[in-house]
Amino acid sequence: MSKYFSEDHEWIVVDGDVATVGITEHAAQQLGDIVFVELKEVGDTFDQNDEIGVIESVKAASEIYAPVGGEVVEANDDLTDNPSLLNANPEGDAWLYKIKIADASQLDALMDQDAYQALIA
Amino acid sequence: MSASNIKKTPLYDLHMELGAKMVEFAGWSMPINYPMGIMGEHHHCRNKAALFDVSHMAQVIVRGENRAKAFEALVPSNIDGLPVGKARYTFFTNDEGGIMDDLIVSNAGDYLFVVVNAAMRDQDIPHMKNNLTGCEVIEITDHALLAIQGPAAESVVAKHAPAAADLKFMETMEVDFLGTTCRISRLGYTGEDGYEISIPQGEATRIAKILLEDENLAPVGLGARDSLRLEAGLCLYGNDIDATTSPVEAQLNWAMQKRRREEGGFPGADRILKELAEGPTRKLVGIQPLGRAPARQGVEVVSMDGTSIGQVTSGGFGPTFEGPVALGYVASEFAAPDTDVQLSVRGKLLPAKIVKTPFVQQNYKR
Repeated sequence: MSKYFSEDHEWIVVDGDVATVGITEHAAQQLGDIVFVELKEVGDTFDQNDEIGVIESVKAASEIYAPVGGEVVEANDDLTDNPSLLNANPEGDAWLYKIKIADASQLDALMDQDAYQALIA
Repeated sequence: MSASNIKKTPLYDLHMELGAKMVEFAGWSMPINYPMGIMGEHHHCRNKAALFDVSHMAQVIVRGENRAKAFEALVPSNIDGLPVGKARYTFFTNDEGGIMDDLIVSNAGDYLFVVVNAAMRDQDIPHMKNNLTGCEVIEITDHALLAIQGPAAESVVAKHAPAAADLKFMETMEVDFLGTTCRISRLGYTGEDGYEISIPQGEATRIAKILLEDENLAPVGLGARDSLRLEAGLCLYGNDIDATTSPVEAQLNWAMQKRRREEGGFPGADRILKELAEGPTRKLVGIQPLGRAPARQGVEVVSMDGTSIGQVTSGGFGPTFEGPVALGYVASEFAAPDTDVQLSVRGKLLPAKIVKTPFVQQNYKR
């Protein structure tokens, strides 16, 4: 499994043609206390960089952008009931989506861990 | 504004030491939050006590024999007759009956002590200098202003200045505070009991550090200050009130005492007295989104039949309320509590209702 990162501070772990997507520790920290999460539903499809949800913290609202195009196969609805999970473990339990990837070549546009660390440094 | 001319309060180095995240606010570098985070800081203020640096606000002394009467020419509240040692919330109105700024005026005996918003000081101070006939208007630039707010505020402050315990809400006095003469006023902007203390700038950090030795007191930034005041239903100038909103629309009638309503004689009296008599066409109300999504400033308020009826002026998540809260203007026929309305958030109409403010009970010591 490979982990990639987007410039919009999402992470994506690819396992076959299904990817798990979330926001990075850095993003969660920058957002502050998260109080609201709105996600798309299973079966919704979208292109790379489309808006696929909203996260609101006590400070502001932020959109989530699709790191790759595809279809939602699972949305983490625990987050809508308990948004603060996203502050606690954004790169673990608090993933946002499992996505069926439409075009694996889109992963080429993403960063690896080292490149992402350099971006946020 | 470039980094070089952002102003720093006397507590800037202490904020750095305490790990604050700083932001620019009204030309000042101010803490938005400390490592505890906005949510934790909000709860700390409601449950224990919060220390805010509000030194960016302008502190002004007005001297002159007829200062109280002169001040009444600029505001629709009773200033003449305000007893020595009392503070009063009021606002400068313009000729169109809008609000130029809101402020606190205290009768300090020999002078009026006035605190205005940081963002409006460049308007307010010339406004006072030009229009307070026969008065001397002096901005105090060598004092910090600290707010200590929350149920433990009295114990935090009174152990160093026992007289502070005897002050009641909206009372003010000068006391010897940790070896320095300070003005302590029992008021604030959180809905909680507490004080604002004007301290000579050279003593401010020393005093803040001594206060922070009390384990009930934690430093709290502007982020939580905003959610605290919003839950308390308190207006923010520039959001909820501005030069176009009248005090009647903003539901601030309580700050315009009977004699002033009868006599008039303040800027914009025509509009304000007419709205007092006939009712305003729109009103500032509490709006509770019924889902979890916060409705922020600028969100359109829509009636159940789809007509635009107003706009959210402040909105966010209320940590103590445990849900989203908002203030906004709606057409008066929709302003009654429990009226169902909708909020247009990201293109969706979400259910909400008009509610009485405050969202969280105020705990003033009356």
